[in-house]
This record gives sequence, structure tokens and C-alpha cells, in this order.
Amino acid sequence: MRRYLYTIVLTLLLGLVVAGAASAQQPTPSDDQVNAIAKQLYCPVCENIPLDVCPTTACAQWRELIRQKLADGWNEQQIKDYFVQQYGARVIGTPPPSGINWLVYLVPPVAILAGVYILYHAFRSWKRPLPEADVQPTNLEPPAEADTTQDEYIRRLEEEVRKG
Amino acid sequence: MSEIPTSPTEPSPQKASPQWGRIFAWVAIIALLVVVAMVLLRKQQGPVAVGQKVPTFTLTTFDGQQIGPEQMAGKVILLNFWASWCKPCEQEAADLEAVWRYYQPQGDVLFLGVAWTDTEKASLGYIDKFDITYPNGPDLGTSISQAYRTTGVPETYIIDKNGNLAYLKLSPFTSQAEIKAAIDPLLGP
Repeated sequence: MRRYLYTIVLTLLLGLVVAGAASAQQPTPSDDQVNAIAKQLYCPVCENIPLDVCPTTACAQWRELIRQKLADGWNEQQIKDYFVQQYGARVIGTPPPSGINWLVYLVPPVAILAGVYILYHAFRSWKRPLPEADVQPTNLEPPAEADTTQDEYIRRLEEEVRKG
Repeated sequence: MSEIPTSPTEPSPQKASPQWGRIFAWVAIIALLVVVAMVLLRKQQGPVAVGQKVPTFTLTTFDGQQIGPEQMAGKVILLNFWASWCKPCEQEAADLEAVWRYYQPQGDVLFLGVAWTDTEKASLGYIDKFDITYPNGPDLGTSISQAYRTTGVPETYIIDKNGNLAYLKLSPFTSQAEIKAAIDPLLGP
């Protein structure tokens, strides 16, 4: 009787161990989970095509590697760091802010600020009245001794039109 | 006769002061253009040319061995960039291995394989498939391929005993004789 009891207890314990191991195992990551990371990566073979839509064998291998790492329990940042270490910084869509890469982050805001500054000064100079010294006196009245040649020409022209 | 109005003889305070803003802006623009030009020039340089001193590097092989300038000194080096997904690489794999086995006993030739943008599992499968015995390792961070400015795979660089590039092949070798013909002239006394 005692032997049967031992056997039952042992079987139950073994069952618990097996069930525990099975539940601790990571489920196979889905394509969506893999692509969520893959779309942030670029392989050097097919430049400018994100890894999630790249059709080459190299990219398929890389996606499998992401799946493997996810199954091993790695998180997104760990996987991205691994890819950078293995294949260089150019695999990620946004370059890390170091060295010459700083230009990518500095140039656009500086250019925008410079543009705003230039526009601001341009608008101000357009609105500002011209200094008196620069203003030329405009004379809208006809000169006292007007050239009558033009008038004579117009008069003759009108006369021809009437005749004609 | 009326006098033509002229600009005031005294300079305005705005014009008299040094326009540091403009100077800085011009310097920044010129510096940016220089940087862009340098990057473009580097991209257009193409691979290391024959006769040039080659960049030094250290290859960490798949089994953890470190092969650096010390191990390469005084030897003819055949540096082959490949990838497991590269079909043309497969064409030359068996020939490279056969030629390596031919030169290996002499000790003055070293073959090195660099797996470019490859996964380790696939690379090891490729090495196993072609029974490759010469040292192979991943191009960690693509630092070696960037130093050599490779344009793809397969590419093979044969370096003489003085560290100068002696032969460059940007496509697969088609025969063992072709590989030997590139190495033999470099083995003189």
C-alpha cells in the first residue's frame, strides 16, 4: 500500500515538473512580433528597404534571428543592440547620436532656426519706412515746360483714326 | 541742377559692428559642405586599389581565435568576403578550400574568410557544407568590409608579404588555377 502511495506521489511530482518546464518555455514569436522589430532595421544588402518587407534571403535569415532572440526571451532593445554590435550602426533607421552622426540631429533644427531668423529680419526690413535720405522726391505734376511733341503726335494720331 | 542724394557719410551702428552672426552662419555652411563633400568622396572611392597599403584589422573567428596583424606579418594573405546567402560565393568555396590545403603546409600563406552580414548559424552551416578549414569569422560591426570599402560579396583581396594589395577579385574565382596564379608570384624570396 505504501509503495503505491510513493508511486502516485512520485508521478504527481514528475507531472508538476514537466508542466512547469512547459509553461516556462517561451511560445514561438508571431510574425507580427518579429516584424515589429524588423521594420526598425535595415540590412546592408538591400539599402533603404526595411527588414520586415525585404524579400532577400539575407533578410529572411535576419528575421529568423529576431524570432530566435525573442524566443530566448530577449527584449526589443537587446535585439537592436545585438544587431548594431554584429552588423554596425547602419542597420538601425536612426543613427546613434555620436561622432559625425550628431550632424543629423543638429543641422535640421539649426537650419530651421536660421530660416526663421532670416524671415523675421526680411519682414522687418520690408515694413520699416525708408530713411529720408534714401527717399527720392516724386513729382507727379507735369513739368512746367512740357514736351509738346508727344501731345502733337497723339493729336495727329486721333485725327487719323477719326478720318479712317 | 539738383544734387544727387548720397548715403550718409557716418556709418550706421548696425553696419559698423562686426556681424558675427553672419560670419558664424557662413562658417557653419562651409563646414557642413566640406563634411558632405568628404563623405561623398569616400563613398566614391571604391575598394582599396592594387598597390595600396591595406587597412589592418583583427578577425575574431567563429571558434574565438583572434587573428591580427602579428599573425599576418610576413605572409601572403588571401582575404575572402562571403555570405551564406550568396550563391556566387558557393561557386568558389570548394576551390578556395582546395587551394588553402595546397598552400597550408608551407606556412607562408594565410587564408581568411570574413562572413559579411550573415547570421552565425547560417555561416557555420556554410562552413560545414563546404568543409572549410581555414580561419573564418564574422565581420563584427561590418568594420573590416568598411575599411576595405567592399561593394558586395564575393570579394577577394590578396595581400603581399609587405602588406600591400597585390590582387583584387570582385567576383568569384572560376578555378583553382586562377587562385594559384594570383598567389604564386607573391611567394618569391
